[in-house]
Amino acid sequence: MPVTIEIPTAFRRFTDGAPRVDCTASTVAEALDTLTKRFPGLARHVRDDSGQIRQFLNIYLNEEDIRFLGGESCALREGDRVLLVPSIAGGSEGC
Amino acid sequence: MSQDSLYQLRCRECGKTWGNLPRSFCEDCFSPLEVAYDYDAVKKIARRENLSRRAFNMWRYSELLPLTEDFAAPTAIGGTPLVRSQKLARQWGLKNLHLKNDAVCFPSLSFKDRVVGTALAAARRFGFATVGCSSTGNLANAVAAQAAQQGLDACVFIPADLEPAKVLNTAVYGARLVRINGNYDHVNRLCAQIADRFRWGLVNVNLRPYYSEGSKTHGYEIAEQLGWKLPDNVVVPMAGGSLITKIAKAFKELVTLGWVEDKPVKFFGAQATGCSPISDGVKRGLARFEPQKPNTIARSLAIGNPADGPFAMKLIRESAGWAEDVGDPEIVDSIKLLAETEGIFTETAGGVTAGVTKKLIVENRIKPDETTVVCITGNGLKTTDAIAAEFPATEAIAPRLEAFEAYLDTQMGAAAAAKA
Repeated sequence: MPVTIEIPTAFRRFTDGAPRVDCTASTVAEALDTLTKRFPGLARHVRDDSGQIRQFLNIYLNEEDIRFLGGESCALREGDRVLLVPSIAGGSEGC
Repeated sequence: MSQDSLYQLRCRECGKTWGNLPRSFCEDCFSPLEVAYDYDAVKKIARRENLSRRAFNMWRYSELLPLTEDFAAPTAIGGTPLVRSQKLARQWGLKNLHLKNDAVCFPSLSFKDRVVGTALAAARRFGFATVGCSSTGNLANAVAAQAAQQGLDACVFIPADLEPAKVLNTAVYGARLVRINGNYDHVNRLCAQIADRFRWGLVNVNLRPYYSEGSKTHGYEIAEQLGWKLPDNVVVPMAGGSLITKIAKAFKELVTLGWVEDKPVKFFGAQATGCSPISDGVKRGLARFEPQKPNTIARSLAIGNPADGPFAMKLIRESAGWAEDVGDPEIVDSIKLLAETEGIFTETAGGVTAGVTKKLIVENRIKPDETTVVCITGNGLKTTDAIAAEFPATEAIAPRLEAFEAYLDTQMGAAAAAKA
């Protein structure tokens, strides 16, 4: 399926400045793999060492957090938008 | 040494430091940033004995906050009562129960006044003319009130179904109010994108490290009001999960400065069952919490994807505390209980915290002789619709003594009439 991945400003230095990346994929996982293969510098910011999506990165399929859609294996339809949004945390582990 | 050289942003994962700028995540590894202090230097300028000359509000701890040297407090914030409970303590079988009452926080009646205090100080420092936030209500009130006073434009984003009182309490200050068709997590995601696009100071997005430092003052005040002692237990409501971690940071800082003696403090987190990703994660021993779709009357805690959830879970576990949650009927009962026993009218979040405290006592996680502080963070006048059904309007009577006697007869029963 042809889909669009939206790239936040902070990630664009890895995508040659592109705010959007078009690709063809049938699942969110496939879209992320295509993205990180095309822009390898992004790979370690999307997944941690164990291959899981990073804890402080939220991924949305259109309006919905993919964790409500069964995770990264959820299927894509033509024209879907995949959004990467860094999580905004501000608590503390202590001083 | 000037005060603003005493702190800077530091990545919590990779440790890289970034100076001071409006940013909430590390540009290298995209993990959260927090304000880190040079405590050796802070020790040289911060003295506990200096506090006696200062007014009792959050700015008395200014050396421990991310402020500039020329900072002048635009308004008093915080300095709320720590109420030593009598009746409720007796009812719950506790000997040392205290209620930290931010339901009467100035100026907008919730603990969010504290975080907006430090966030707007940062907004002015970074030269933002427009400030804003994503909010479940209390934060919107606080941003709108303080922005109005300081002459900043305010634009706040709220879920469309927010309580009418919280909407009105924001609009009255002249803030631009944008209602979003979606829940708080949708609003929050949109705000992350807005902060990416516009040069605005969004207090809980790009100013978040400075914003969340304001929460520490809730903890400083607790320690000071206990006579510069730390409690054994703290029960804290959790929405995004930031406050509980910042109270812990406040306590640790006071130990580092030598202002209180070190001791183990158990941190207990409180959520509504209808939105309990953090308490669910703690109770089930999950490595990562699972986000939820909120469905609770405690809308100020209705954050299904809590950004600081991982840090809150870690703190609760490491402090040997626990997390619990209560359903809507228990929230309503607890609001009434707090009002009837202590004369404190709290919003639904306070009902959650009080209800969870009771549950923790029943579970024997909080023990009678320990010193326990329950954090009440918002005012009941903002969520009257949540309990309105409990108090149906009564029949009006004629302004005549016979009518009142008849009223007593019917309403209070024969015993009341006989007593008269």
